[in-house]
Amino acid sequence: MFLYICRRIVYTIPIALAVAVVCFSLVHLAPGDPLSAVIPADAPAEVVERIIQAYGMDRPLPVQFFAWLGRAVQGDLGFSVATGRPVTQEIGRALGYTFVLSLAAAAIGFLFGILFGTLAAFFQGRWSDKLVTGIALFGVSVPHYWLGLLLVIIFSVQLDWLPSLGGGSGSWINRARYLVLPAITMSFIPMGIVTRTVRSTVADLLGSEFVTSLRARGLGSSRIANHVAKNAAPTVLAVMGLQFGYLLGGSILVETVFSWPGTGYLLNTAIFQRDIPLLQGIILTLSMFFVALNLLVDLLQTLFDPRVRRN
Amino acid sequence: MLPVSRTWAAIGRRRFIKFASGIGVGVALSVTTLSACQPGTDVADTPGDVPAEDAGGGTVRIGMTASDIPLTGGAPNSGFEGVRFTGMTIYDALVTWDLSVEDEPAPLVPQLATDWSVDEDDPRVWTFNLRQGVTFHDGSDFNADAVIFNFEKIFDEDAPHYDARQSAQVVARLPAYESIRKVDDYTVEITTQEPTSLLINQLPFMFFSSPAHYEALGEDWSAFEEDPSGTGPFMLDELVPRERAVLVPNPNYWDENRMAQADRIELIPIPEGTTRSNALLAGEVDWIEAPPADTLAMLEGRGFTITSNGYPHLWPWQFSFLDDSPWTDKRIRQAANLAVNRDEIEALLGGNMVQAKGILLPDDPAFGDPEFEVRYDPDAALELLEEAGYGPDNPVEVTMLISASGSGQMQPLPMNELIQQQLAAVGIDVNYEVLVWETLFDNWRQGADSPDSRGAHGTNITFATHDPFAAMVRFIYSESAPPNSLNWGYYSNPEVDALIEELQLAFDPEENLAVYQRLHETLVEDAPFLFVAHDVGPRAMRSEVQGFVQAKSWFQDITPVWMSN
Repeated sequence: MFLYICRRIVYTIPIALAVAVVCFSLVHLAPGDPLSAVIPADAPAEVVERIIQAYGMDRPLPVQFFAWLGRAVQGDLGFSVATGRPVTQEIGRALGYTFVLSLAAAAIGFLFGILFGTLAAFFQGRWSDKLVTGIALFGVSVPHYWLGLLLVIIFSVQLDWLPSLGGGSGSWINRARYLVLPAITMSFIPMGIVTRTVRSTVADLLGSEFVTSLRARGLGSSRIANHVAKNAAPTVLAVMGLQFGYLLGGSILVETVFSWPGTGYLLNTAIFQRDIPLLQGIILTLSMFFVALNLLVDLLQTLFDPRVRRN
Repeated sequence: MLPVSRTWAAIGRRRFIKFASGIGVGVALSVTTLSACQPGTDVADTPGDVPAEDAGGGTVRIGMTASDIPLTGGAPNSGFEGVRFTGMTIYDALVTWDLSVEDEPAPLVPQLATDWSVDEDDPRVWTFNLRQGVTFHDGSDFNADAVIFNFEKIFDEDAPHYDARQSAQVVARLPAYESIRKVDDYTVEITTQEPTSLLINQLPFMFFSSPAHYEALGEDWSAFEEDPSGTGPFMLDELVPRERAVLVPNPNYWDENRMAQADRIELIPIPEGTTRSNALLAGEVDWIEAPPADTLAMLEGRGFTITSNGYPHLWPWQFSFLDDSPWTDKRIRQAANLAVNRDEIEALLGGNMVQAKGILLPDDPAFGDPEFEVRYDPDAALELLEEAGYGPDNPVEVTMLISASGSGQMQPLPMNELIQQQLAAVGIDVNYEVLVWETLFDNWRQGADSPDSRGAHGTNITFATHDPFAAMVRFIYSESAPPNSLNWGYYSNPEVDALIEELQLAFDPEENLAVYQRLHETLVEDAPFLFVAHDVGPRAMRSEVQGFVQAKSWFQDITPVWMSN
């Protein structure tokens, strides 16, 4: 087990490096002036040159890359071009918000996903199955920024029950009110995907021979469900892990629609301001999160299913 | 010294009362400053007047279009929105615009300088007398040392308090500046690189931060951003990056006509247009900047106040004058200007534009009386094209760079599609290269001959026209060709160059206005642009928002604003 974990951790190093290279190149290959956030359009050429020098962006790209990588591994992601604040501080703030939002969205999405999926699997072909599959399909297909706007129109504008933008401030309850609409919006995709996964996995298992033999031995449905759940867990966990990873990545669209000050919103700002240090910092941090989460899911899977470890 | 002859009788009402008491005012104000009040063609629709004695109080929450709080240390980023909300609120400049008038383009008025003069022998040297008795929010004195400290912060790379980030915001807006010298505690001398009357138009972008407070914070500009100190009518009470900035009144503000009326102003960044209008509808903000055009009627129908007013902004096509460009033929440029039916464009925008008849707003005092009238006259356009050897059966083919969106671009796609149809009718076939806004914007500085311009014959980027430099010099002076400035199309006209040079030396206000008028007349006649529209900067606010006067400007004064409940 220990060796397995070590091997998995070593595997993440080339992935992390590749992510760093891709993210750095993409940001630098994108059209637009890297310093347009701080240089007005009609700045004289010598001013532009001076500022580019001041930010060290006149050096060859490989030099810039290794300088950046060298600092990044020490936890220093530089300073935001637009605000001058340390990138780690900017990302730290935003991550907190995105983490809370992801957790809430995952809780809603996974709970309903598992519930709906199991329900549909047990009642295959019945109207409840069709209804649940319909909901899952809706969750997967609906553009969630549109859903967000719709929820705002209903619950904020028309009914005036919930606030429509911002991260909230003050008491715990007040902050939670700000969380409700973005969390519901964000939960639709994982709910749909988890529903579909649970439904197909559980349905497969219910038709498998070991379940038939369990039934033949006279096991009650709750004990059969227990066996089915244990066998379905690795697949469902893997999917949920990935989904949680996506959620943690923040949604640019949903966070922007709700002005939720998380990583997606920050990424959006960084893109529009061409704030390269910030952009690189966010992409790298989020990718690392994703890599770490995948590792965690893999390890969890081995706990449930020793076959994974042996393979 | 040149005579200080100008009185402020022509300046805005409130300003006049304030400054009439004994301020002899310096020479060389820009022409916009010097205009007599003219009846506006487009008087703002502003929230109701409430008697002054009932005024004041409340919290006004403003939804900005920026995605973050603009920098608060005295050199705001986020373009003019930053200057509007974290520049002119927390800080003052030597000279600023009078934003209390809504029926004429906002004129320039003294602020932290009381008056100024230009040296007769060396017109590069300007002497500014500073306002006495002004204090920063931290209680320290505003004086010549503070002025010099701030110019060093922006221009002197060797100064210990030089800040590259702040410098970048200001340097480009103050190209005339060369050096500064203290004469006495309340007098400074600014020297320009070349003699130019345009210095005064550039000074409103130079704000003054407190040197004492900077020292007290350990000489750290980042700390200063969190806890700034200026001389302005508002003080920063709270700053939550990317969420909100809270401004509260400065009880010791020196200008009693600009005391902040609200108890609290909250600035909230909401970059997404629909989110902004939803936030207004849901009662989470009281005022939004730039509501999406398709929500204006709905917002008005629900009882929100929509304010708008023409302001110095132009939506143009900027032509290329490279050899392969058909626009090198003046007849074709004029024909295009005559073939555009601006009534239809105005209808397309639901009335939210002022039809352009030149670079400047039609009621700008410097508009002059151009020989060529920009209007819709397809017959005249056909005639000009025929003279040039073209017509509907033998069309001119041009390619234009446009964007699908962008700051200040209004609705570029539908507007350009309509123009395409209108020009096709007279024999000008237009192809579009649609670029990402940021790419189009960056291409502006590269010029028509850059490979990124893809051989296009023109570009479509809107711009501010609040002074001669912003409106004209950077686009049409031959010295402004890339990489120096934004003469993207390499326009070069000796007559125009001579007029610009004359304007730079026209320190006498009346002479300055006369030259500026001649320059504008010449440019309208020569038509280096397709003149299409001026934006009207719509804003939407709750009916409880009181006291707002929408000036004909990119900038607005929020000191008179308050909430009536």
